[in-house]
Amino acid sequence: MRAEPLLIIACGAIAREIVALKRLNGWSAMDVQCLPPELHNRPERIPEAVRAAIASGRERYSRIFVAYADCGTGGRLDAVLEQEGIDRLPGAHCYEFFATAAVFADLSDAEPGTFYLTDFLVRHFDRLVVEGLGLGRHPELTTEYFRHYRRVVYLSQRRDEKLELAARAIAERLRLEYIERFTGYGELATSLAAVARMPGIAGAMRVVSPSWPR
Amino acid sequence: MTEDTSETFDLGSLDDHELTEQVHDDLYNGLKDEIVEATRIFLARGWPPDKVLNDALVEGMRIVGIDFRDGILFVPEVLLAANAMKAGMEILRPLLAETGAEPIGKVVIGTVKGDIHDIGKNLVSMMLEGAGFEVINIGINNPVEKYLKALEEHQPDILGMSALLTTTMPYMKVVIDTLQQQGLRNKYIVLVGGAPLNEEFAKAIGADAYCRDAAVAVETAKSLIATRRAARH
Repeated sequence: MRAEPLLIIACGAIAREIVALKRLNGWSAMDVQCLPPELHNRPERIPEAVRAAIASGRERYSRIFVAYADCGTGGRLDAVLEQEGIDRLPGAHCYEFFATAAVFADLSDAEPGTFYLTDFLVRHFDRLVVEGLGLGRHPELTTEYFRHYRRVVYLSQRRDEKLELAARAIAERLRLEYIERFTGYGELATSLAAVARMPGIAGAMRVVSPSWPR
Repeated sequence: MTEDTSETFDLGSLDDHELTEQVHDDLYNGLKDEIVEATRIFLARGWPPDKVLNDALVEGMRIVGIDFRDGILFVPEVLLAANAMKAGMEILRPLLAETGAEPIGKVVIGTVKGDIHDIGKNLVSMMLEGAGFEVINIGINNPVEKYLKALEEHQPDILGMSALLTTTMPYMKVVIDTLQQQGLRNKYIVLVGGAPLNEEFAKAIGADAYCRDAAVAVETAKSLIATRRAARH
């Protein structure tokens, strides 16, 4: 049976993880279109960017799923998705769906002043955070931005020593306590699997998440 | 407005109009030392502190706010401009207090529980103060009890709440519902703001208004206070 094509419109910040899941699970009918991760610095622009991607995706795909959480849009992304009749990833942002909702709630409750990192943010910290917040040009603003933060929690998707070292260095740079918590792909994996389980999607019978032994 | 400003010149050589425009440019470029110097020059020329505040600083920040809204300026530039304005405000604040002018209203403002972000809130506080409000800034991570205590203690016209996170913004409803339960809701104008908020959310939680940015917060505060006072007379 020919698989029904599925388009995943994804935040560029989780592209690598989605592609890895697709490859591991053999979701051959799943195509991934990424929007720029820089949108996270202007979340008010996410809903319309997603809407435009949906409009263009409808020409080729009968099924579309949006791999964004709310991502700081304050429900405006959901309003677009409701109009379009399309689902998205659960939660408020990627930290939450990687960590899973209950774990993330515990982390936030334990310390509201937590600065979260994911693999993507560790890799692109300089571009998205240092340059995005203007800290390269104005290092004196670091205190201003991070005044009330107390710790860095690195929610890691992969076991990667280089990334761990880089995450630790970020915490040191910000003069914050450092904690690492391995999450794997969390609810990203289960959500995509649920979408892939729909009829007609090749490779939908089982879900494999990557694992990296310590 | 972003031309090279590295070439120094004597601000005192500018006439009042030129100096006012220079302050707008210097605020735009976040030049704190120049703002301090220009503020002192205006005062030395006999400008009343409220005129320095309104014509030079507040107007300069209004321009910054417009360009931020339109995506021409970004948070770092706004932050630098705000710091520059703050430096000017610090000179003017005691002088404004000496004039004995009555504040046009009183505001208690704070970031909600679970949220430690205060850059936007502090900018709003500063702009409200610049517009003549007395502002009691109760900081970050405020549970409902702390809001209630501040309202009781300061008896403001306005309660302002801020949140940057989608996960913390629903707490605003907790505060408003508590005010409602205690029969206090109509005593205060409730304004809410923060990046993930919008008008629909403000309406849904029972706030009086959503303020998209600091300039809108000032205009909304002025307008709602005027309406409320008019209704009382």
